[in-house]
Amino acid sequence: MSNVNVYQQRPDAGHAESPLFHAGLDELARKGKSSAGVRLREKKLLGHLTLRGDASDPDFAGGVHKALGLELPVALTLVANGATSLQWLGPDEWLLIVPGGSEFAVEQKLRAALDGQHIAVVNVSGGQTLVELKGPKVREMLMKSSIYDVHPSNFPVGKAVGTMFAKSQLVIRHTGEDTWELVVRRSFADYIWLWLQDASAEYGLAIEA
Amino acid sequence: MLHIFCPHCGELRSEEEFHAAGQAHIPRPLDPNACTDEEWGEYIFFRDNPRGIHHELWIHAAGCRQYFNVTRHTVTYEILETYKIGEKPGVTEASLAAKKAVAQGVTA
Amino acid sequence: MSQINRLSQGGRIDRSQPLSFSFNGQNYQGYAGDTLAAALLANGVDVVGRSFKYSRPRGIVAAGAEEPNAVLQIGSTEAAQIPNVRATQQALYAGLVASSVNGWPSVNTDLMGILGKVGGGMMPPGFYYKTFMYPQNLWLTYEKYIRKAAGLGRAPKENDPDSYDYMNQHCDVLVVGGGAAGLAAALAAGRSGARVILADEQEEFGGSLLSTRETLDGKPASDWAAKAIAELEKMTEVTLLPRATVNGYHDHNFLTIHQRLTDHLGEVAPMGQVRQRMHRVRAKRVVLATGAHERPLVYANNDVPGNMLADAVSTYVRRYGVAPGRQLVLSTTNDYAYRVVLDWLDAGQQVVAVADARSNPRGAWVEEARKRGVRILTGSAVVEARGSKRVNAARICAIDLKNHTVASPGEVLDCDLIVSSGGYSPVVHLASHLGGKPTWQEDILAFVPGEGLQKRLCAGAVNGIFALGASLADGFEAGATAAAEAGFKQVAGSLPKVEKRHEEPAVALFQVPHDKSTARAPKQFVDLQNDVTAAGIELATREGFESVEHVKRYTALGFGTDQGKLGNINGLAIAARSLGISIPEMGTTMFRPNYTPVTFGALAGRNCGPLFEAKRYTAMQAWHLQNGAEFEDVGQWKRPWYFPKAGEDLHAAVARECLAVRNAVGILDASTLGKIDIQGPDAREFLNRVYTNAWTKLDVGKARYGLMCKEDGMVFDDGVTACLADNHFLMTTTTGGAARVLEWLEIYHQTEWPELKVYFTSVTDHWATMTLSGPNSRKLLAEVTDIDLDKDAFPFMTWKEGKVGGVPARVFRISFTGELSYEVNIQADYALAVWEKIIAAGKKHGLTPYGTETMHVLRAEKGFIIVGQDTDGSVTPDDLGMGWCVGRSKPFSWIGWRGMNREDCLKENRKQLVGLKPVDPNKVLPEGAQLVFDPKQSIPMTMVGHVTSSYMSSALNYSLAMALVKGGLKRIGERVFAPLVDGSVIEAEIVSPVFYDPKGDRQNV
Repeated sequence: MSNVNVYQQRPDAGHAESPLFHAGLDELARKGKSSAGVRLREKKLLGHLTLRGDASDPDFAGGVHKALGLELPVALTLVANGATSLQWLGPDEWLLIVPGGSEFAVEQKLRAALDGQHIAVVNVSGGQTLVELKGPKVREMLMKSSIYDVHPSNFPVGKAVGTMFAKSQLVIRHTGEDTWELVVRRSFADYIWLWLQDASAEYGLAIEA
Repeated sequence: MLHIFCPHCGELRSEEEFHAAGQAHIPRPLDPNACTDEEWGEYIFFRDNPRGIHHELWIHAAGCRQYFNVTRHTVTYEILETYKIGEKPGVTEASLAAKKAVAQGVTA
Repeated sequence: MSQINRLSQGGRIDRSQPLSFSFNGQNYQGYAGDTLAAALLANGVDVVGRSFKYSRPRGIVAAGAEEPNAVLQIGSTEAAQIPNVRATQQALYAGLVASSVNGWPSVNTDLMGILGKVGGGMMPPGFYYKTFMYPQNLWLTYEKYIRKAAGLGRAPKENDPDSYDYMNQHCDVLVVGGGAAGLAAALAAGRSGARVILADEQEEFGGSLLSTRETLDGKPASDWAAKAIAELEKMTEVTLLPRATVNGYHDHNFLTIHQRLTDHLGEVAPMGQVRQRMHRVRAKRVVLATGAHERPLVYANNDVPGNMLADAVSTYVRRYGVAPGRQLVLSTTNDYAYRVVLDWLDAGQQVVAVADARSNPRGAWVEEARKRGVRILTGSAVVEARGSKRVNAARICAIDLKNHTVASPGEVLDCDLIVSSGGYSPVVHLASHLGGKPTWQEDILAFVPGEGLQKRLCAGAVNGIFALGASLADGFEAGATAAAEAGFKQVAGSLPKVEKRHEEPAVALFQVPHDKSTARAPKQFVDLQNDVTAAGIELATREGFESVEHVKRYTALGFGTDQGKLGNINGLAIAARSLGISIPEMGTTMFRPNYTPVTFGALAGRNCGPLFEAKRYTAMQAWHLQNGAEFEDVGQWKRPWYFPKAGEDLHAAVARECLAVRNAVGILDASTLGKIDIQGPDAREFLNRVYTNAWTKLDVGKARYGLMCKEDGMVFDDGVTACLADNHFLMTTTTGGAARVLEWLEIYHQTEWPELKVYFTSVTDHWATMTLSGPNSRKLLAEVTDIDLDKDAFPFMTWKEGKVGGVPARVFRISFTGELSYEVNIQADYALAVWEKIIAAGKKHGLTPYGTETMHVLRAEKGFIIVGQDTDGSVTPDDLGMGWCVGRSKPFSWIGWRGMNREDCLKENRKQLVGLKPVDPNKVLPEGAQLVFDPKQSIPMTMVGHVTSSYMSSALNYSLAMALVKGGLKRIGERVFAPLVDGSVIEAEIVSPVFYDPKGDRQNV
């Protein structure tokens, strides 16, 4: 373990600002509309870890399962267990999202379970956030925003893809029939937020805390 | 706008998700210092510009971040195959010519 | 004014809903369901514009997208102006304001019209090239008047109040065109369960079914259309797009559709609604059911208002209840056109005569017309229209088709409407956008879509299948086949019954012969929008323009928004005859998107205003805004440029910020630098291969500056990389280079050296970085951290972990200013709180926030390069005087080493980076200024380099610059000169680029 530098990057206490902090979502949530076609919630300050390893090595999949209790997801899919989800990003890359604050312990657990293998675990918690979108008009709003086909025949629940969104890139995850998640990079968050407000305008947008 | 099959994601995706990275199958000389200026110049500067089959390197930049190869027809923009790094193309100018010859009843 | 041409009954208009509108300042009334063209005709408006070149009066000719003349300007306010609207495609709404674009000064009394009458010889084809190029200095004068006279519409000068957007669609089958074939195709595909999109450019689906006199199952064809649409509406996987023109067929079955969502409701969209939408469709299969345009005959004065297409008149009568005249003459080559005669009689109007070019036509419709007493002159054609602002007579002669001559003196018949039909031209535009050459089909005398690589099928009239029953069957089969090819089960279906009737073939006639030669006969127009005449095309071929593309460009045939919808085939036929070749030998010109004009609003979609581009912000953005930062774009990032205090300009603010850093301490938001986490046992080896310098001996806890080159040996990025652990490094890149460098590392790892065990992950957004720089930075940081900052415990070019402001941090002691500096990295969620704590603690230390401009000045004082400013892809490390950063004995031939040892890279006289000190210390060299050694040399002077960076240094109290100068490193102490555009010359001394603290003592304290 001394070969890599792993340390607790999140303070025990302290003022935290998620990427969408300045959008004032809590404030907007109190003014919520009930009949909105799109409902938005930031699942903020979660632990985000990028996991790299050899998918074809059974020891890697085994180690991941041992540490997380999750099977390694195959291409374009996402597996979840409670608040923990593991998503395929590329043939040797996965995104692990865990409850905020647990990422340091999870990383240590993963590293212990994968000891001796050529792997990488990188804490990217500060660099991205999860935006949940719910409602009957989310699919239409996504059609305005992304070139990727979000029809259920092509994008069933459990699928997750990295693609273009407006003029930037992000990950779209389909987590429930009317529920979708966007993995948004911090620096693009304000742009995406502005875009989402605009694209949802004709359907009605409500914010949930 | 091209529709490109990513061999890692296993599906067709829109061109916007990709970046082209030039001609494929140009290996870096194992011992660059043994190359003459001419050989090195050939490696870094000279590329084919065929009218027809072209093997290209692309990266699925917005998707899985993987490089892969594309066999594309430069006149029709038809993509005849995509394949992973390290693999050989199945469609070449020679293989197409052979196929055409067979179709026209030419036997070797 | 009353609607003098409105029939008392019939049509699909709603007479209970009158709508008022204005045209050229005159008020009129139409009905809901009218197009603007229908309403204008109903009101007897003959002249809708003046022609492009000859300024002749022009009226409405067609009823659809092929209309060449009624291209109008719409909008009652400046902001609502839209040019290039075809009156035939614009639904009438209450309060519509339209005007002609080509009438200067007015359409009815046009001074320029004189040109049209006497100016035939004055404005031959190619007149731009011939007449107005000499004398050249007069061109600007000519141009002003020609542009004004040509009047192609104008863009609004105020912001558009409406919103526009995109919709990304995916489907199994896209059906283009909602006429008979298209509806049948959509039904067949829809019934299979496939995802289907049906797009049609008109207000209503149905196409010709809405106006034809033919029946389906014994009922009006429009009944069947209504039933079909109702069935399609019920299918959940079918999307119907009315008012949606499929304008472009792009690679790999990607099509763009321009839908006008609210244009029929008013000139501004109702509150909250999107006005126009661009559908970007990826279709597994496409069925093109784009139909055919009737081809007018080319005869003398065929442009006078009152000359129309035969089926357009049928459409106006049957669909809109408008009879655009009283006494009709038809000139035809085929059976189909006889429908207009019957429709005209049904409407209670008079048919003067039919001139049929065939010698003995006996088709069912011909006989029906004969039975109803219509006078039919066989073997004849209208050779000339009479009248100036409206047709008042037609001269009909017997013609000899074979010899292309007039065979009788003919007779002149009084009439006010001449309709013609030379057959039908399939709308092959979309089928040809990707280069599929249309093929000539002799039996129907038309081009049909050629082979295309795209996964498309063509159905109905576009295939040359003009009979209604056959067209329906063709459409149904195409829809079923397309769905099956997309993986759906074929569903059988029955088609409505069509009346059977005897039809006879058409004859080939394009330009009607005249008793005078083409050059001497009154003008015979081929392309009405671009004022191209038969004589003009003949002239072009005589002048040696034989390729169809050359004829097009010389005459302007098929130019502009018209794209040759009516004129192309006639033009080709005339050119072919003139050259003595066949039409297929002549071939067609290229077809390119867009089929009809698209507004800029629809092209822009939502990507305008604040959403024009993706913008990136750091975690400290809110603070920067509160503290008055001015911002600079660096790639997509918005970076604080400088923080002006009241009354300060850029210069004053930067001078203050620079001095604060040199004398006290400053703080910079450096979060935008690219950061790449590198893990794996081969990480160090990988760094050795991609950086120019050596990494083997960098200990854990240390950091090093590195240069990256491309294989040609030219610098392409730089940055500091720290060794976090034996198998773990953190690389920084330039702000703009972050994504590029990560792809660079990946391409070498994935394609060249997959055996190296290493992973790269971007952590740019995860870490926020704040740089404390200046002599007081240690004292300040000590107040907020538990890290031992003693100079021996934490020396230059090392890093430490600890807490800053109570938050875990990695602190790097590196410097881009030459001062004692610390770069504090914090997980971004907690960064703003830490930043604010440092700001609070910094007050007593003179802490000053600074931006990118100050950073640039400070680094230039130190001679530190900025990749992309001081380099341009042609500069090696040695050119930069950075040979110290080149590992000449590294065992692996790293990227760039072989390249920088090419003969050319080793020349001594290459452009090299030097410092410049202007002789006048107050003169700042402009960045980009070219340099010469001899300011007295006459022009062209020998240029020896250029200024890359230049600033006024407040710390040194003189201006300084960096420059690339030929052989500069050996010319230290010599002079160079920058001759400027204003004629002045700045003289400067070539010096070392390190102006400030050359020994580097300040950053090592």
